[in-house]
Amino acid sequence: MLRWIVWRDLMLAWRRRADMLSTVFFFVIVVSLFPLGIGPETQLLRTIAPGVVWVAALLASMLSLGRLFANDYQDGTLEQLLLTPQPLFLVVLGKTFAHWIVAELPLVLIAPLVGVQFDLSRETLWILFLSLLVGTPVLSLIGSVGAALTLGLRGGGVLISLLVLPLYIPALIFGAGAVEASVMGTSPSAHLSLLGAFAIVSLLFSPWATAAALRISLE
Amino acid sequence: MNIYKYASPAMFYPIAGKLIPWFAIPAALLFATGLFVGFFIAPTDFQQGDAYRIIFIHVPAAWMGMFLYVLMAIYAGIGWAFNARLSSMMASSLAITGAMFTAISLITGAFWGKPTWGTWWVWDARMTSTLILLFLYIGFISLQAAIDDARRADRAGAVLALVGVINVPIIYFSVQWWNTLHQGATIRLLQKPTIRGSMLAALLIMLAACWLYSVAVVLIRLRCIILEREQSASRFAEVGV
Repeated sequence: MLRWIVWRDLMLAWRRRADMLSTVFFFVIVVSLFPLGIGPETQLLRTIAPGVVWVAALLASMLSLGRLFANDYQDGTLEQLLLTPQPLFLVVLGKTFAHWIVAELPLVLIAPLVGVQFDLSRETLWILFLSLLVGTPVLSLIGSVGAALTLGLRGGGVLISLLVLPLYIPALIFGAGAVEASVMGTSPSAHLSLLGAFAIVSLLFSPWATAAALRISLE
Repeated sequence: MNIYKYASPAMFYPIAGKLIPWFAIPAALLFATGLFVGFFIAPTDFQQGDAYRIIFIHVPAAWMGMFLYVLMAIYAGIGWAFNARLSSMMASSLAITGAMFTAISLITGAFWGKPTWGTWWVWDARMTSTLILLFLYIGFISLQAAIDDARRADRAGAVLALVGVINVPIIYFSVQWWNTLHQGATIRLLQKPTIRGSMLAALLIMLAACWLYSVAVVLIRLRCIILEREQSASRFAEVGV
């Protein structure tokens, strides 16, 4: 069941490749805007890079979260999925995982490339990649709760950022903190461990919360 | 006597109306006493001068802001779990008062910070987490405002409030940790001079006043929500109870 959901969502995403790419380009453009706004001093850029890349990743995930359930909701598939005998949290978990692969993984992969613009060292780029790899599942997981709650509401796109962005703050702090520690030359492992712990906690709680939210939204 | 019958909004409506003065009048009296003790009787602080006196508004407001969020989540959770409409309405009416107290604590904090620290805003752990708390309130209120169906609004709000409550300690500790990493020495709000008896008294009186005020205002707002949502309750209003 889980595999089937993931496969189906990946297929659907593949058929609409443009959506996926637009999120990636949004991420790249937002990150590239910061040097233009702040100035090209290498030292300054190196200090702001962790925060900038992470905040851009949060914003990019806002764009894609709206699509997590919306298409299935519109064509009625979601209701059918709710009626299946399988537990709903498995469906949710599958869809969230597929969302992570489609919307977040490209960001994780392209982030080191973007980091080069900020003159980060190779080691720091590796930490940036690692922190995003551990941290972006949190964005998909917590974001799915917001996506389920705002399903079918007017102004859902803006609303979802109001709901979800404050909840992302620990991920932002630990994720950007790890990269920053690496920039400063200290060990990022404490930050990464905490980020991992946060990811596990959200993995435990959010599929259930999302399932409950979906039931509420589709009543 | 079966107390559960008051869980019905229609039954609770007149009771709430009778209760309001019992909270509102003591709240007004305590506010007056607390402010008097705080502004005129409590001694001037030898470090901060008279500027510290905003503590008598700032600290109770900050406590209320945090506490009301938890209370709101509990009410929302009960309303969702037991399908108790009144409880969910209570959560909605608590949200606005909580957001107001959080905003007051941020604003008075800025007023306090300017004379003592020389700046309106510091990314201090407590201030930052209070700001995030305000964001969580705003999320809750705007989610409920966006949903037309009252039942769905109640339940969606409950899910959000519960997720928020799980997240609040995590946010608090992450912010605190982030803060200690960023700035070497954080500024202490109080340098721990022994707090004088009259200061403590004023603080506690103001806290009690804020409590009573919250109860009164929440009950008033609850009555409005009941009137809005429950057709049967509007009859009570017509009779004038």
